[in-house]
Amino acid sequence: MNFMDPNLFLWLIPMGPLTAFLIIALATNRARLIPATDPHYGGHHPDYDGMRVPVVRDSSRVLSITIALSGIVMAWILSWRAFFAARALPHFGEEVLGSQFNWMSLGRGFFNIGVLVDPLNATLLFMVPLAATMIFVYAIGYMAHDPRQSRFFALLSLFAGAMLTLTVSDNLLFLFVGWEVMGLCSYMLIGFWFEKESAYKAAIKAFTTTRVADVIMLLGIVYLYALTGTLNFRDILWNQATLDLLTTTPAILFGGSLSAAELIGIFLIVGTIGKSAQFPLHVWLPDAMEGPTPVSAMIHAAAMVSAGVYSIIRVFPILEAGMNPHVGEFSASMLLMVIAGGFTALFAATIAVAQFDVKRVLAYSTISQLGFMVAALGIGAYVAATFHLITHAFFKALLFMSAGSVIHGVEHGEHHAHEHHDDDDDDEEHAHHHDVAHDQDAHHSDHHFDPQDMRNMGGLREKMPFTFWAFLIGGLSLSGFPIITAGFWSKDEILADAWLGLSHGYAPQTFVFIMLAISAFLTAFYTTRQIGLTFFGKPRSVAAEHATLGAPIVNVTMVAPLMLLSFFAIVAGYVGVPKEFPILGWVFSRQGNPFFEMVNHSLLHPTPHPYFADVLPAVFTSFAVALGGIGLGWLIYIRKPLEAGQQDPLINFLGPVWNLLEHKYYIDELYVILFIKPAKALAHVTSEVIDRGVIDGFLHLVARTFVFLGDLIKVFNAWLIDGFGDAIPQGVGMFGEWFRRVQTGRTQQYILLTALAMIVIGIIFALSVGMLSAQAVGF
Amino acid sequence: MVIPLWMYLIVAASIFSIGVFAVLARRNAVAVLMGIELMLNAVNVNLVAFWRYSTTDSSMGGQVFAAFLFVVAAAEAAVGLAIVIAVYRNRRSVIVEDVDMLRW
Repeated sequence: MNFMDPNLFLWLIPMGPLTAFLIIALATNRARLIPATDPHYGGHHPDYDGMRVPVVRDSSRVLSITIALSGIVMAWILSWRAFFAARALPHFGEEVLGSQFNWMSLGRGFFNIGVLVDPLNATLLFMVPLAATMIFVYAIGYMAHDPRQSRFFALLSLFAGAMLTLTVSDNLLFLFVGWEVMGLCSYMLIGFWFEKESAYKAAIKAFTTTRVADVIMLLGIVYLYALTGTLNFRDILWNQATLDLLTTTPAILFGGSLSAAELIGIFLIVGTIGKSAQFPLHVWLPDAMEGPTPVSAMIHAAAMVSAGVYSIIRVFPILEAGMNPHVGEFSASMLLMVIAGGFTALFAATIAVAQFDVKRVLAYSTISQLGFMVAALGIGAYVAATFHLITHAFFKALLFMSAGSVIHGVEHGEHHAHEHHDDDDDDEEHAHHHDVAHDQDAHHSDHHFDPQDMRNMGGLREKMPFTFWAFLIGGLSLSGFPIITAGFWSKDEILADAWLGLSHGYAPQTFVFIMLAISAFLTAFYTTRQIGLTFFGKPRSVAAEHATLGAPIVNVTMVAPLMLLSFFAIVAGYVGVPKEFPILGWVFSRQGNPFFEMVNHSLLHPTPHPYFADVLPAVFTSFAVALGGIGLGWLIYIRKPLEAGQQDPLINFLGPVWNLLEHKYYIDELYVILFIKPAKALAHVTSEVIDRGVIDGFLHLVARTFVFLGDLIKVFNAWLIDGFGDAIPQGVGMFGEWFRRVQTGRTQQYILLTALAMIVIGIIFALSVGMLSAQAVGF
Repeated sequence: MVIPLWMYLIVAASIFSIGVFAVLARRNAVAVLMGIELMLNAVNVNLVAFWRYSTTDSSMGGQVFAAFLFVVAAAEAAVGLAIVIAVYRNRRSVIVEDVDMLRW
């Protein structure tokens, strides 16, 4: 095969990271055993005293990092080559890159798998390997002292490889393969520090929650295959006959009131609700913060959650089900997206306002932003959803890595402070539990120091200026700071599309517009709050006073990715500037909005571009909510920064609402009552009553019966059969005892007996022949 | 006068009985051997007597049988005395009752 052919070398895109995974897992994963108390083990786990634990060898460590990095860089180069090769096609969209081969014979034909690059996943091919590579580089510094680095980079490679597989796949089943491999990787990486109870619990939570959704998504895939006999995207989505078949067939459920396309759409959306953490399956994502920060960046930006949104954007023509949202027609699947996305966006944004854990705020902001995308797709803003997916990936990866640097710095400061203050609780400080964000008390004793708690930070602007700028850029982009940040352009486009529907009086668009506008305001507010709490004012703990990024070499790998991502967090927006936007439109979009023109051609029936003048109110809303949120945040948290020990001013202002928000609307507690407790009770009943009572009881009864029968037979056997058997030899023996007395050893007795016998025999003989009674024969 | 057969038989039976008594009643092993000799000779008398009075047999069978018996008796006496001497050497006794090792 000629892999220089752009149709064929797409196959190689996921191969780099996947090969890296294999090599690291099989070859360069050598470890040596050291006592668990050794400082090289990192000290996450005081419970392991007396055990010997594996720690990666230096040679393996260096090799693993090199191999993982080569793999992802190779994928990056190939992806961008594919991206530019695809862009060069004259009618990109109608023409695509791709190739297929027969995977398995299915009797009535073959199931083909293949690779495909169309405008939609070309944008992902631009973003995913770039963000992933930055995460890899960042992880070198962040994980520098971890005892299991080979394993980490192997899993991260597999994660990236699975994401790229999903991105280039040309059918739903192949996509699902990548999807599930990512589920596995997220499980293993969230639980990477499995010595912490909270980490492995979070891993299990993420795995089981997404599993529920994945099974339903698989139902949708199966139903789609049963109806159309293919899962290939082009065969279904670029084929009016197939789409018509799907929209005209009544669904097998709900009495046929839905079309098959709507039911399939709902199944697939549920898959995304799990994977992209929409309400009500969002609960796993905040807990996923227990993983190392590069993993959080991977899950929240480059891979996992993007994959969820990507999959519904990909199958959008099915979800649309023949309706046109731009003239106010909505299919059931679209309405599900509108409601789930719009609600989740606002719901998560309100929770994020009341969190203190620096990563948890970002986690909820991710959920909220994913809600933006899902809601945007629900109102048919296909391109806007894709655009936000891309820009969000850049600025969220940037934010996570900056937050990771902050945590890293505060941890360093903590070590530093302890060295200087000669505290004696070094052991405890390693074992600290990260999950103390619920703690209402602003005074954290050093015994429970949490380096992720923003109440322990403050004033980091002077200590970590570079991280501050990176975080500021990411934060402004997330807030949608007008004109200069990428987040503004993508969010503005969603709002513009919603406004267009609202101005026609369509209810779903109105709902989405209101929900997203409030969410955008809250987003700007909590982002500013986070920046204020973290970077402004005076340090509120000793650790924050001594915060530093550590050794310069480590520093570089953690700083360079932030620089590149900061660049993209700003300029990624300029590919989507509307043509009519004053000045900037002329600078960037003289031939029309480039992003829109490109991605729109993924669709058989392209969506209309909102005319700029029609959506001016939406643009002003974008300006207003972003600046308003930032302004309010500035008023409360930056103008008068929090003092050490001071309560968050919102607590008094919001009152009981604050409590509700801080506890995330008690959703976790509700799920414990609704699902976990009944499941445990059922398990208890099954175990105690059914298993131990009924099943074990029956078995014990059978056992006892047969033991009793056996005892009975044993007695019978011992008494009768053995008795009979023993009696014969005993009788013979006794007779022998008695009879042997004949043998006296005295010859004369023998002879006497013989003689007597002879006489007796003689008499008998004589009698028998009648000798005695006969007449004497005359001699 | 011709002596009738039964007189010989009475003599032979008497000698045999004396021999049996000697074997059964004497304690001395040599005397027991002597009893055996008596019984053998009683048999010899019988054999010769039956031969002499037989009307059908014209061969010398009876006398030959008797002659054989002398040889057997002599051999038996020799072996018997040898055993007695051997027993005496070992146990310093020729009392038959003392030699009862072959018992239960």
